Formats: sequence, structure tokens, C-alpha cells
Amino acid sequence: MFEAMVVGVSAGGLNALSRILPCLPEDYPMAIIIVQHRHRDSDDFLDKYLNDLSMIKVKEAEPGEVILPAHVYIAPPRYHLLVERNKTLSLSIDPPVNFSIPSIDVLFESAAACYKNHLIGLILTGANSDGSQGLKIIKEYGGYAIVQAPNTAEVDVMPKAAINLVNVDKVIPLEDLGQFLINDLFTTNDVINGGETDE
Amino acid sequence: MLPMKFEDMQEFEINQLLEAIYFRYGYDFRDYSRASLERRVMHRVQQSDLSSISEMLPRVMHDSEFFELFLRDMSVTVTEMFRDPIVFKKLRQEVFTQLKTYSRVNIWHAGCATGEEVYSMAIMLKEEGLLERTRIYATDYNNHSLNIAKKGIYPADKMQVYTESYLAAGGKASFADYYQAKFGSAKMAESLKEHITFANHNLMKDQSFAEMHLIVCRNVLIYFNPKLQDRVLALFKESLIARGFLLLGDKETLEFSEVKSSFETLSKKERIFRRLMYV
Repeated sequence: MFEAMVVGVSAGGLNALSRILPCLPEDYPMAIIIVQHRHRDSDDFLDKYLNDLSMIKVKEAEPGEVILPAHVYIAPPRYHLLVERNKTLSLSIDPPVNFSIPSIDVLFESAAACYKNHLIGLILTGANSDGSQGLKIIKEYGGYAIVQAPNTAEVDVMPKAAINLVNVDKVIPLEDLGQFLINDLFTTNDVINGGETDE
Repeated sequence: MLPMKFEDMQEFEINQLLEAIYFRYGYDFRDYSRASLERRVMHRVQQSDLSSISEMLPRVMHDSEFFELFLRDMSVTVTEMFRDPIVFKKLRQEVFTQLKTYSRVNIWHAGCATGEEVYSMAIMLKEEGLLERTRIYATDYNNHSLNIAKKGIYPADKMQVYTESYLAAGGKASFADYYQAKFGSAKMAESLKEHITFANHNLMKDQSFAEMHLIVCRNVLIYFNPKLQDRVLALFKESLIARGFLLLGDKETLEFSEVKSSFETLSKKERIFRRLMYV
């Protein structure tokens, strides 16, 4: 069973996230951890806006915080967000990766090492290729890779880059993503058995 | 026998590496937040064309030049002048007014990296008429970073952004008065440097060295696990005078620390704390 989903999104993210997160119930059984590229001077508007819109709790990720199901954690601007092996969150001000801080690759790679085959990686709309490498590593650890269908993305560079680099499990149009995350993910056979089985 | 999985092997190798470094050099990275550390270690492995941490281990152990390089990697962070200008503005308004009541002022920048923030502080102190009576101790365990900090030479192309931040931080003069631009670089003024002592200090193991009125330690604790955070915060508490100030990074908190009850929060948003009198 999946324990967490990491999401990478850049240009066009506000719209995409406002379509997906409100679909999730407040007792959603997974944790969701998001890197949204945004301007360095951004405030907490995004977290508050999405929280108001959603039933599931949306908050800014804090260092040392224990990751819980039914929570959406968003990386603060100007910090990398990482997952520790003990399922807590940490932040860093290491140099940008793919010109980005926070970087999607940094989140995805650390989350993969922690959750292994219990992790889903999702790449949404965006204008650069950050996240492709991380998604590849999620697959290497036996996790599940989803990409927003490029023709439904406000900017298709990021989803296309991910599809080019990674043997993704599902490509899903934006309008179907919410439904997929609450239904298909827990019923479809190829998803449940999609990741490697446990040792 | 079950083969060990690659990802678990990497975790094992890191543990071994950190034990070896502690044994050989006395640097204790075992209480660092592991995810960032692991990224940095793997970065060095790749940069040096090695295939694994185990392959790097003998070089770390026996080649002290390589270890210097490794050490440098371990503390590379991105810093800038007047990062979070509102914090500096708040310092001017709330903290400097208190510091003015002392005839001598000691400030400690713990984990100063390449020094941008130290010079930012010196500039603010100068404009508030405090610099003359102040000694700033700027410390880091990374000698490479300290040397850059000591020189105080930064890329000139960053000065425009810094100028904006300087103004947002409540700068009263012209930022260009504080540096000399030459050949694409900007050298910070000697009049600032005179009041700064740069020194090697390792928060992982070194002790308190002077009584401080203000300690600045921003975005250092985020790299430590709770145990090491507590050690460092206890050190800060011990180093601060009664009613001394502590400034942390904008995502850092005393909330879950052992010293929490020894401090009051002066400004939650700007992460300014003040040591209580009788604790």
C-alpha cells in the first residue's frame, strides 16, 4: 500500500493544484508532499489558499515535522524540502538544483530512499525539467510514477521531460487526476501490484 | 542469505563513513539531518568519479587534502546579504534600541559561512551608531568559507539585489558606500571589517568563548537532528547575558527544544528570542 505521494509542479501549478487537492477527503489515507516552484519573495498565500479550498489539511512543511497521512505539506519558498528516513521533514539552503530551490529532484530522491515502493511520484505542469531525475529514482526504488498528460498542462515542458526520461506508469489528464487519486489508485489492480512487492 | 538492497547498503555505508570521520578527525556529523548530508556525500562521490561511498572511504581516511575538500562540501550553503530584509528591520527597531543601553556589545554570528550576513549586520550597526562599541565574532568550522568571509569580496553582479534588500531592511544611506567595486567584484569596506573577528569554531564540539549580547544563527539548526540542536541551543543560552537576544532562521524554532523555558519570544515571525533573567 502507498504511504505517501510526492508532487512536483512549476508554472501553472496554482490552477492544477486547485483542481486536484479539493477532490481529496479530509481522511485521505496518504501523506502528500509538494514542491511548487515559486518566486523567492512568495509568502504563505499558496498554502492558505489551497487549505481554504480543500477538505484535506494543507500546510507549509516545517523542519522536524512528523509526516502524517491526510496532510498536504508544501515546501516553503527558498528552501529545499527533504524527507528523512524516519519519516520526518527537513529543510536545507543548499545550492539550487536545476536552478531551483526548492527542487523537485531533491524532494523526490530523498522521499524515494525513505518510502521505497510505498511512494507515488507525480509530475504536473511546469516549464523546466526539474523532477524527471527524481521520478526516475522513485521508479528505481520500486515506486509508482504518474505524469499529468502534457496536452492538459498549462506548460508542458516538465511533464514531457518526465515522460521522455522515465518509464512512467500512468499519464493522466488534469481533469481525471482527482478521481484517479481517490478511486482508481485504491481499486485498480495494476496500481496495487504496480510497485514491487514487499520483501 | 538475502542480498542487501542497494538503498539499505547506502545507509550502512554513510554510517560507516561518519564513524570513520569522527574517529580519524574528530568531526562529528553523526547528528546531522541525514537526507541533506547524504545528498552532499553522494555529490562528492560523483564529482570525484567514484562509484560508491565505500570507495571514497580510504581517501577520506588517508588523504587529508581530500578530506579538506569533503569538509568544504559538507558546509556549502547559499547565503546572501540581508536575507529576509524584514528581519534586519526588526532588529534595528526592537533589538538595537536595547543594545544601545550597553557600553560594549558582543555579537556572535555562529555558522557565518561566507560572511554576507555578518557584513549586513555591521552595516546596520554602523548606521545606528553602534558599530564603534561592538565586536562581532563570526565563526564557522569551514576554513574555506571563513577565508572568503575574511576577504569580504563578493561578485559585483549581486550588488543590485543586495541594494534592494538593503533598502528594504531600512538602510539609511547608499549601499554603494560600503564596498568598492573593481573588476567584477565588490570588496567590503575596511571600516566594517575592523569590528569583526573571524574565527574557526565548531558547534558540534567547541565551547562558549565570550559573553554575548546577541547571537545570530540562521539556517544552521535545520541541518542538525534534535539532539545536536539541543546541544547548540544550550551553548547559546550559556553564552548569552541575561536578557540577551537570539536570532534564528525564519523556519527555525525553540518550540521543541530543551531551552524553550529559558527564552521568551520577542518576535515570532522574525524568530527573535530573548533570554529570561532567572533561568
